[in-house]
Amino acid sequence: MTTEELKNLKPDTIVDARGTACPGPLLAAKKGIGDINSGQIMEIYSSDEGTKVDIPKWCQKMTHEFLGIVEEDSYSRLFLRKA
Amino acid sequence: MTMSKEFEDQLKELQARVNKLESGTKDQLSMVVFSGNLDKILAAMIIATGAAAYDMKVKLFFTFWATAALRDPKKKGKGKNFMEKMFGMMLPKGTGKVKLSNMNMCGMGTSMIKSIMKKHKVASLEEMFKTAAEIGVEINICEMSMNLMGFKKEEMIDYPNMTVCGVATFLSDAQESKVQLFI
Repeated sequence: MTTEELKNLKPDTIVDARGTACPGPLLAAKKGIGDINSGQIMEIYSSDEGTKVDIPKWCQKMTHEFLGIVEEDSYSRLFLRKA
Repeated sequence: MTMSKEFEDQLKELQARVNKLESGTKDQLSMVVFSGNLDKILAAMIIATGAAAYDMKVKLFFTFWATAALRDPKKKGKGKNFMEKMFGMMLPKGTGKVKLSNMNMCGMGTSMIKSIMKKHKVASLEEMFKTAAEIGVEINICEMSMNLMGFKKEEMIDYPNMTVCGVATFLSDAQESKVQLFI
C-alpha cells in the first residue's frame, strides 16, 4: 500500500506503544490483536526503531497481513490486517 | 488403480515417519535460566515474553544462582540451619537486589544501568515478571538448587504458573520444544 492509502485507512483499533522499548510494542500488538476480528485493521504507534523490523516478522509468523508503515516526526505508524 | 503391495507399505511407513516428526516438536520455548545477574535475567525475560507474544508456549527452568532472584523480599523461610541462613544472607533477595554481571563497581554500575533503563523506558525486572505472569509464561524452579541454597517454597514470589521440580521436567519440556536456550 502507498503512504497515501495507508493514511486514509480507518483502523478498527489503535495501539499506542510509544515510549516503550523492546519487547513492549510486540506485547502491545499481541494484546491489541485480541480486540479485533479477522479481516479488521490494527494500527500500532511505536517510537522504537526495532519495531519496524519486528512487527512485519511477527505478522508473517501469525499470518496477519502487514500493510505498511507511515513515518511521523518522532514515531512510526504500522498497519496490519488480522488473519 | 491398484497399488503394488510394496508401494503401499512404503507409503504407510512414510506416513508414520511424517506423523512422528510433526508430533515431535511443539511451538514451544524451553529456557534454562542459570545466571543470577540483572542483565542475564533481563535478557531471559525479554526473550520469554517476546516468544509468548509470538504465541509460543514458554517454559523457564530457574536453576542455581537464578533461583535467588525468585525470592520475595517480604517473605521469610522457616526452619533454616546455620549454613542455609548464611547463604540466604549472602545471596540477593529478589529481583530488586540482583547485580550486573559486568561493570557492577560495588553496585554503582547496577544503579546506573537501572536509571538508564528508566530513561530509555526499558521495563524493569519486576515489570517483566508481571508481564510474563499475565501472558502465561511458566516458571519451573529446580528443587535441588533450592535445597543447596536453603531456599524454602514459602519465601518465593507469588507467581501463577510456578512449580518446583527436577531436571526431568526440563528435559521433557526441552525435548518437545522447537527452541531451547541456556542463559
